[in-house]
Amino acid sequence: MIQVKDISFSVPEKQILHDISFSLDRGKFIGIIGPNGSGKSTMLKIIYRYLKQTSGVVTLYEKDMDYMTQKKIAQEMAVVSQETPVLFDFTVKDLVMMGRTPYKQWLAKDNKEDFAIAEESMKLANVLFLKDRTLGQLSGGEKKRVMLARALAQQANILILDEPTNHLDIEHQLQLMDLVKELPITIIAALHDLNLAASYCDELLVMKEGALHKKGTPEQVLTMEIIEQVFHVQAGISKNPFTQKLHLFFYTENIGRSGDT
Amino acid sequence: MTRLRFTLLVGVLLAALIVSMTFAVMVGSVGITPSVIWEVLFSKIGLSVEATASKAQSVIIWEIRLPRVILAAIVGAGLAISGAAIQALVRNPIADPYILGVSSGASVGATMVILLGAFSFLGSYALSFAAFLGAIFAVVIVFLLARVNGRTSVIRLLLAGIAISMVFSAMTNFMLMTSKQQGGIQAVMHWMLGSLAGAKWSTIGIPFFIFLLVLILLLLNYRQLNALLLGEELATTLGINLDRFRIFIILVVSLLTGVVVASSGSIGFVGLIIPHLVRMIVGSNYKLLLPISALMGAVFLIWADMIARIAIAPEEMPIGIITAVCGGPFFIWMLRRRRYSFGDGE
Repeated sequence: MIQVKDISFSVPEKQILHDISFSLDRGKFIGIIGPNGSGKSTMLKIIYRYLKQTSGVVTLYEKDMDYMTQKKIAQEMAVVSQETPVLFDFTVKDLVMMGRTPYKQWLAKDNKEDFAIAEESMKLANVLFLKDRTLGQLSGGEKKRVMLARALAQQANILILDEPTNHLDIEHQLQLMDLVKELPITIIAALHDLNLAASYCDELLVMKEGALHKKGTPEQVLTMEIIEQVFHVQAGISKNPFTQKLHLFFYTENIGRSGDT
Repeated sequence: MTRLRFTLLVGVLLAALIVSMTFAVMVGSVGITPSVIWEVLFSKIGLSVEATASKAQSVIIWEIRLPRVILAAIVGAGLAISGAAIQALVRNPIADPYILGVSSGASVGATMVILLGAFSFLGSYALSFAAFLGAIFAVVIVFLLARVNGRTSVIRLLLAGIAISMVFSAMTNFMLMTSKQQGGIQAVMHWMLGSLAGAKWSTIGIPFFIFLLVLILLLLNYRQLNALLLGEELATTLGINLDRFRIFIILVVSLLTGVVVASSGSIGFVGLIIPHLVRMIVGSNYKLLLPISALMGAVFLIWADMIARIAIAPEEMPIGIITAVCGGPFFIWMLRRRRYSFGDGE
């Protein structure tokens, strides 16, 4: 459903993305992995149209996204970005209701359906009990979940997550990943934790230095060679005995040499 | 804030507005009772039968005090909603309606009229016209300076606003320094601190309609204003055409502030403190924030103007001094309160 063709992105005196092309299928959970500064967030920002590529085309349902209105895009795509707003206080309820903005015309009121959707979204993201609190009173992890609830209220066909598990404890990391995995929509997530990526994603894009290094299933992508080339660490690849998913063990040459520290 | 509490608050504030207006018309060198005021009002709109008010009372109420009180309400309400909208535009709690250079631009225009006799062919409208022109001119320069790569950068908007304000203030000061007319210099000072003394029925029409128009336009876009507070990126992903919306806000707010400043000088503090005060009561949702700010701003400025008239009677105090003297300590009190974070969140 989304096609990225020959995307490059530069800021003055620095090219951030180099000729990236790929296409993403409907309903898949797609992970974008890569070291810091490899261009994951920039790539996502171009897909959700916050940044405009220097050259190339991004299409959604075979339509050039440059020619789609911001509103139309917002009905198709919801985003949980890395920035969490703290400026001025909104209640959780009000904030989640803002997810309905893309569907509202000038004089439209919030109707019963909107409230029901907001409530359902808060329930899904496990923040319903916080609904009358203000954002300033919440912990980092709770804020993240509220932002997820807001994105769910957008009822989009594509959900984009930029490092969604940052600031979350292990319980809420897995809870969040389980939750989005269950959604019947396309998920695109930039992830730092390769084991999380391995257990939840159907497909992985590996980015290195602003270019697409490899695309494929976790089994195809998470190999010793690629981990070494991209992340410059050694990896042992095994299986999680409980989930039967890939599990990676990392080490460097230094601690790899036993007893010699 | 529930719907019931909101309706109640609007009701209370409307009542306060009417009481304040009546009271403000009563106060002055000629004492007037409330019943006379309402009698004159009703007779003017053709409802009353018998008239006990004298001719003089009727003129004072209808021609002098009432237009002034109404202008105070419009100016207060206009500055309050402009301040609220600007704070969303630049996502900065220290912003006020003058941050884009409106007041310094208007001052240059006004000073040119008072000291140099510019636009004298416009007669008594010269001052308002020049002030409005100066205000809009300043905003246009600030806006153009803030454009980079076809986008409006918020930080550049703020900094350009400061820079242009400095340049324009320097121009005003230069004109003041080189002027030999003592009376003119005083008139400029008076103008810059704000006064509602010039209010007439013929001059409050434009501010009123512009205020109403801008209030409606902002209310229609309350969702977008809310989204703007969440940050550029989030607002974009909620379907807002950020650049177009920013231009729209700059346009309507400068129009309203320009008209308000042209009619009453640059009255400070109202546009900064009222939105914060209202946020403390109703929260940041612009759907509630805008109407409540308008009402609060109106009531606040009516009282400020009343004090300006009676504090050193028969002289008039510039209203800007009153708003600063009342507003300053109040703002400091808010600053020290723990519960209100001025948008800092943490």
